[in-house]
Amino acid sequence: MAEKFDVIVVGAGPSGNAAAYTLAKSGLKVLQLERGEYPGSKNVQGAILYSDALERIIPDFRDDAPLERHIIEQRMWMMDDESYMGAHYRSNTFNKPPYNRYTIIRAQFDKWFSQKVQEAGALLICETTVSDLIMDDDRVIGVQTDRMGGSVFADLVILADGVNSVLARKAGFRPELNPGDVALAVKEIHFMPQETIESRFNLSGDAGVVIEMVGKITKGMMGTGFLYTNKESLTIGVGCMLSDFKKQAVSPHQLLEDLKGHPSVKPLLEGGEMKEYAAHLIPEGGYKAIPQIYGNGWLVVGDSGMFVNSVHREGSNLAMTTGRIAAETVIGLAQEGLPFTARNLAAYRTALDNSFVMKDLKKYKNLPGIFHSNPQFFTTYPDLMSQAAQTMLTVNGIDKKSKEREIRRSFTHKRSLFGLMGDAFKMWRAFE
Amino acid sequence: MSTAKVEEKLFQNRYKVDTGRPHISIKDPEICTNQCSSQQCAVCCPAGCYTQEGNGRIVLITDGCLECGTCRIICDDHRNVAWEYPRGGYGILFKFG
Ligand SMILES: Cc1cc2nc3c(=O)[nH]c(=O)nc-3n(C[C@H](O)[C@H](O)[C@H](O)COP(=O)(O)OP(=O)(O)OC[C@H]3O[C@@H](n4cnc5c(N)ncnc54)[C@H](O)[C@@H]3O)c2cc1C
Ligand code: SF4
Ligand code: SF4
Repeated sequence: MAEKFDVIVVGAGPSGNAAAYTLAKSGLKVLQLERGEYPGSKNVQGAILYSDALERIIPDFRDDAPLERHIIEQRMWMMDDESYMGAHYRSNTFNKPPYNRYTIIRAQFDKWFSQKVQEAGALLICETTVSDLIMDDDRVIGVQTDRMGGSVFADLVILADGVNSVLARKAGFRPELNPGDVALAVKEIHFMPQETIESRFNLSGDAGVVIEMVGKITKGMMGTGFLYTNKESLTIGVGCMLSDFKKQAVSPHQLLEDLKGHPSVKPLLEGGEMKEYAAHLIPEGGYKAIPQIYGNGWLVVGDSGMFVNSVHREGSNLAMTTGRIAAETVIGLAQEGLPFTARNLAAYRTALDNSFVMKDLKKYKNLPGIFHSNPQFFTTYPDLMSQAAQTMLTVNGIDKKSKEREIRRSFTHKRSLFGLMGDAFKMWRAFE
Repeated sequence: MSTAKVEEKLFQNRYKVDTGRPHISIKDPEICTNQCSSQQCAVCCPAGCYTQEGNGRIVLITDGCLECGTCRIICDDHRNVAWEYPRGGYGILFKFG
């Protein structure tokens, strides 16, 4: 392929699709390369889709996007081996269109999004792994693929190649990922009749429920579990920091088995047919882990740039937003006839700094560190909460005042009063 | 407690295996045997691709690989894993993701 493109986008996940769509719509000549058999065939998500980010790119996406259920109820469970203590929030306002959040199945969603990208005029080539960036001095001028037997050239290459970003690492744009900056998530999908899901979760129509879980289920590791309702299936998964998996020598597969066997989870999965087991990394290092995201002839978007807000479980929306903003920066430069140099592309970083993407990530920049050095948030507290609830709810002839005393004692016994106050302060500072 | 084997789970997945061309390899097997006491790849690979042999050796079979990247990142003490994506179109094929 001797042809030259304005822009090559590597990857057809949400970030690459958002970038390619926006660029192609503006009339630029775009080539998108994807290593999977079809877009989505390599990609894994929970998956919750936040409408806002997609709406800004494809306002009428609800007309034909493959959406599973809109979410009307969020459950947060703190768990020990036998119990959970939960906060459930369900509101009918979430049940009125336009809906704000949906569950999706990524293999289907990515295919749909990619169709829109191609309709907008981008050329997509699948089953093609980009093996290297082609450099001229310190400028990226194209990509080397394993398919077309050669090289393809462009004025700009956008790396939308996901968390592992082999390309950015090989090119020396960023160092190897640190086990403390990524989480490994494993998940399964279980199919069951729609009516079963609706009766089990008290749902009707296309409404859905999500459950987020913390506590003993992660065996002392920093992480969370999740259970999401799709139309005719449930997704169950758990993710923890890689540094913790390594330190505690826990098998991710067994971790998921144990979660599925939890007495509060098992009945929800009963009778389902497991149809896929998947694993994927999530960049959770936050603001401080963001690498260099632009240079001469290149830009980085999505997971490849570590754009994930782990506190709010937002990733795909940041991927789409960074993809869109990168494209808008490029379109702006092209319209002014300016070259894609690092100096000019710095406008991308500035635009991100002024958007919710960086503002949110900055807000929580200390949180990953706090959780790392304070594992009690994932171990001691859930345990204590459950014990406290059990003490209060067990009717056994002991007066309530004595019970309160016992609870207070158990809290300060496991963690000093000073420690408890310190923790409260750390959390307050991090969320402030 | 359910104890399904990981192989049983992988059986549900679709793969297009690039026979004879593994995309991941151990750079120096001696390091695994003689210098790596924790051998965390054998515990933490979600697909169980790494197995410990009795004599301290590690055997890697990538057929069931989920392409997550864990083994490469977690081997940070020795950086002993050579890791690439499979050739275009090969490897895991998620139906749902
Ligand atoms: C278990 C799990 C649950 C999650 N839950 C949520 C959630 O509920 N809500 C949410 O918003 N986010 C969630 N996320 C995060 C979200 O999935 C990611 O942030 C998002 O997918 C990032 O999109 P991306 O386009 O940057 O990367 P990806 O989706 O990873 O896409 C990268 C693409 O590039 C391709 N590629 C990579 N390298 C090459 C190469 N060399 N050549 C050619 N192609 C290449 C890949 O095949 C892939 O298609 C979750 C993640 C996981 C793992
Ligand atoms: S962690 Fe690395 S060095 Fe240790 S056994 Fe595994 S591959 Fe070998
Ligand atoms: S990439 Fe993931 S699934 Fe594949 S061998 Fe490494 S750890 Fe196992």
